Amino acid sequence: MRSFDLIVVGGGHAGIEAAVSAAKMGCSVGLVSMDKNGMGRMSCNPAIGGSAKGHLVHEVDALGGAMGLIADQSGIQFRTLNKSKGPAVWAGRSQNDREIYSEIASSMVAGTQNLSIIEEMIIDAIEEGKKIVGVRTAHGEEIKCKALVVCSGTFLNGLMHTGMSSTKGGRFGEKPSVGLTDSFVKMGFEAGRLKTGTPPRLHKNSINWQILDEQPGDVPPLPFSLRTPKDKFPYQPQLSCHITYTDQTVHKILEKGFGDSPLFTGKIQGVGPRYCPSIEDKINRFADKERHQLFLEPEGLNSELIYINGFSTSLPVEIQFEALKKIKGLEEVVMVRPGYAVEYDYFPPHQVDLTLETKLIQGLYFAGQINGTSGYEEAAGQGIIAGINAALKIQGRPEFVLTRSEAYIGVLIDDLVDKSTNEPYRMFTSRAEHRLVLRQDNSDQRLMKYGYEFGLIPKEMFDELKQRELVISKAKDIAEKKRIVPNDINPILERKELAIADNADTITKLVRRPELELKDILSVLPEDDEFKLLISDDKVYEQVEINIKYEGYIQRQQELIQKMEKYEKINIPLNFDYLKIKTISTEGREKLGKVKPRTIGQASRISGVTPSDISVLLVYLKS
Amino acid sequence: MSQSLSQNEDTIVALATPNGVGAISVIRVSGPSAIPSVDKVFSGKKKLIDCASHTIHYGRILESGGEAIDDVLISVFSDGRSFTGEDSIEISTHGNPFIAQKIISVLLLQEIRLAEPGEFTKRAYLNGKLDLAQAEAVADVINSRTEVSLRGARNQLDGILSKKIDSLREQLIHTSSLIELELDFAEEDIHFMSLQEIVRNIDEIIEEIEALLKTFSFGKVIRDGVNVALVGPPNAGKSSLLNYFLKEARAIVSEVPGTTRDIIREDLFIDGIMFRLFDTAGIRATEDAVEKEGVLRSRNALKEADIVLFLNDTTVGFSEHLYSEILELNQSDRIVRVANKVDITRPEPDKYDVQISAKTGVGMQSLFEKLKAVALGSSTYTERTAIVSNIRHYDSLNKANEHLKSAKESINKRLTGEFISVDLRNAENDLGEIVGKITSDDILNNIFSKFCIGK
Ligand SMILES: Nc1nc2c(ncn2[C@@H]2O[C@H](COP(=O)(O)OP(=O)(O)OP(=O)(O)O)[C@@H](O)[C@H]2O)c(=O)[nH]1
Ligand SMILES: [Mg+2]
Repeated sequence: MRSFDLIVVGGGHAGIEAAVSAAKMGCSVGLVSMDKNGMGRMSCNPAIGGSAKGHLVHEVDALGGAMGLIADQSGIQFRTLNKSKGPAVWAGRSQNDREIYSEIASSMVAGTQNLSIIEEMIIDAIEEGKKIVGVRTAHGEEIKCKALVVCSGTFLNGLMHTGMSSTKGGRFGEKPSVGLTDSFVKMGFEAGRLKTGTPPRLHKNSINWQILDEQPGDVPPLPFSLRTPKDKFPYQPQLSCHITYTDQTVHKILEKGFGDSPLFTGKIQGVGPRYCPSIEDKINRFADKERHQLFLEPEGLNSELIYINGFSTSLPVEIQFEALKKIKGLEEVVMVRPGYAVEYDYFPPHQVDLTLETKLIQGLYFAGQINGTSGYEEAAGQGIIAGINAALKIQGRPEFVLTRSEAYIGVLIDDLVDKSTNEPYRMFTSRAEHRLVLRQDNSDQRLMKYGYEFGLIPKEMFDELKQRELVISKAKDIAEKKRIVPNDINPILERKELAIADNADTITKLVRRPELELKDILSVLPEDDEFKLLISDDKVYEQVEINIKYEGYIQRQQELIQKMEKYEKINIPLNFDYLKIKTISTEGREKLGKVKPRTIGQASRISGVTPSDISVLLVYLKS
Repeated sequence: MSQSLSQNEDTIVALATPNGVGAISVIRVSGPSAIPSVDKVFSGKKKLIDCASHTIHYGRILESGGEAIDDVLISVFSDGRSFTGEDSIEISTHGNPFIAQKIISVLLLQEIRLAEPGEFTKRAYLNGKLDLAQAEAVADVINSRTEVSLRGARNQLDGILSKKIDSLREQLIHTSSLIELELDFAEEDIHFMSLQEIVRNIDEIIEEIEALLKTFSFGKVIRDGVNVALVGPPNAGKSSLLNYFLKEARAIVSEVPGTTRDIIREDLFIDGIMFRLFDTAGIRATEDAVEKEGVLRSRNALKEADIVLFLNDTTVGFSEHLYSEILELNQSDRIVRVANKVDITRPEPDKYDVQISAKTGVGMQSLFEKLKAVALGSSTYTERTAIVSNIRHYDSLNKANEHLKSAKESINKRLTGEFISVDLRNAENDLGEIVGKITSDDILNNIFSKFCIGK
């Protein structure tokens, strides 16, 4: 009988991170996928990152994960969003060649030691005494394991809808995964159903590109990964996206199809995301909006397909086609594949713990869409945490949990566990109360120590980081003391039409002025200046500038974190019996019993638990 | 059938009405054994345990020897359907403190202990019968001593302040949403709010918070009352005025200057507001040791006063010298310059706020109005006005105000949304603390419901 330390079900964005990290940590890993060359498929839009999602990619990368590297190598456009705002909300986003992405992911998995790919479908998970011991394949084979990470994406009982017709499947042209849901339900898990959608795919040569607005990438493009060598990047030629809009005529045509919409007729039972509604939903809910913006995104360098972002739909095929042709630039369009909605099973995530291990069955972990999230990046963030924790558990080592003040990944998992979700969960920067300190640019300082500790980040890299941190703090010290005389700074102030200086100010003081940048100050320093030499490295420069400029705010955020930490540190025993405390509201008792929070902090974030419930709980924990 | 919903093991008892002689006294018992324990000392038609909730029963409370202490009316609240959320009994007796004390001591022989101050309210709060603001308002009802005060506390109980804070919080969440929208959905084709509009929103909220903050001094007045010092040169008629107020010859009045030596303290209610009057010795330089001490006490009373009634004898004229001394110790808007004895002489113009005669009662109505106006400030109070009378609420509002101001500062410094949002969120938390609500997904929910998001 085959046997692995860890079995990972699903080779998507969560599965890859889980399998690769656990294998690197020394576990024998079996990665189950129906297609060994189909790792890391981008089932929806061919893009990685974006607001808050870019942060997740950077964090996964700092922990030693794969997503940033794959995105860098397959990227055909890179942009930093929110560049006009402060560094905390800068977010990287890439368009990727779908084929290349998957090829790189597949070869990365294939090249990982301790990792075997099992081309199979798993229909059953086997437990003994509430502990996972193995899985059963569709061919009846039993494979033993000490832990199981399930990253099944949209495949669990996947059902695709276009108009009133529906097909079983997790993704276009691929079979659904059946059996696993039942297996978990039998173990006592509660399952739910969600929905997501995808837009039609158009033929590149049928679009009138000349009349559309072009959206090029940044020059120079910036990679996600700290491990991507500068000299090789970008790996691929860079392409542009284009922008077009719907109008009233298009809306009218789409409305004709509302009667045959699986969404409006109630055929679709699953709950869809509010932040990414289908085009019919947008027209229906925001009837007075005259047009909706659409992005035409290339699916790849050699692909003939164009992804029409913003036009996700499950209306009947004819309606989709008719409406598309009324859109500017798409008059002659060839629709290669219609849009569809897909419904799938998920397990409301209050059933997992902060390690992503399920509360019910030891050694069983859920990661990605099975926990109700949407998005590749959210999946990857969970995948690496599940993989690391599964490995730690197998090796008898202490668990690994990221806090909300440490990482977006921490926010993501804490939100899932405490609040559960009944719509697909997407990360937003506004979900992170400590947003100003959770930046892309400092993800290495926040998280690389963990990646290094688990052997996922090479020693040289970690040493480099330590070295850089020393340089940064030295540079900050100098900036505090070094003064720039009026003669030097005044030409710059004059050029910027600012009042000239009478006294010499420190670098720190000058950089803090909203109108000045660190590079303005550097321009007046001699070439051999100590400070200038210290911050010649781009990463050092960036950290010094951000740290000085926003110090007041960053400090206030730190203070807040410390204040909240008080509650994060009050532990609640895992077997705490909430039912016996009748002074807690009925809803509060029920929710607390379901979520089983580890700390008062966590308990206070559970929806339905009131502040007075918390004060009662505090009283009980004290006595 | 009664059943306790409470996890509090103890059953507690206390006098619910103020200690003193009134028409009736109410004794409240609450906790798991409230009903059976009272049953043991109660003799009526039925056992209380067999009575339905929210019913009233006539009977007697018996001493351990079996002798009746008093006839009582007993209200039964079972199944936790009471103020505290526990099984409760209310015993109404004749308002004689001796009787109430006797009944309580009999109950203490059962499985009942004396309640700590505020314990009933605390239980009500812990059992989810009251939110935090309401619980504090109840404490105020209990402590309130004046008629207006009671009205203020009740209207807060009805949640007027809570409602007001909720609506401010909603406004704030809306403003935050506008900012978050631009941070998380910069790529969207939606109309983003201009900074001016955001500033205008913040200004509106600040204005409302400041209006609420202003009610605090008022809230304090109606809760605690105001100290009024009657001060002036000897013979100005201070004691005469006190007597006029009280409609009795409380203080000795004579034409001999320096009559009053010790401070005389009496309470006066005007339209429900309690004025604590302090009649003082006339202030002058003197060699008399007793009068000297009296003058010293007058000066101390000046320091403690919320309002100074500065009395002058118009037959003598305005005492500039004493006025400047008073001004050193008190804010000018808290000093009422009164011309007395206008029945004899007309006062010099422009020197006085009010002209009266303590002898004839001329001008008293305007003196009352003036006292009220100074006590309440410019606030106009109706039953519908949200009033801040609790120091915790006042603090939270102050903090919210400061955070909103630093949000504006960030805007002035041309910082972008993520910085502004830090303070807006803090302000929202401050407001949330008053009504016991913690920020969750309110901002995102607001965004999703109001804007078409998603490409
Ligand atoms: N005609 C007239 N006489 C007044 C009036 N008010 C007070 N008097 C008289 O003035 C004298 C002094 O009055 P008091 O009330 O004792 O004065 P006081 O300010 O308390 O004096 P000290 O206690 O000695 O400081 C008494 O003879 C009063 O009858 C008034 O309004 N009209
Ligand atoms: Mg007197």
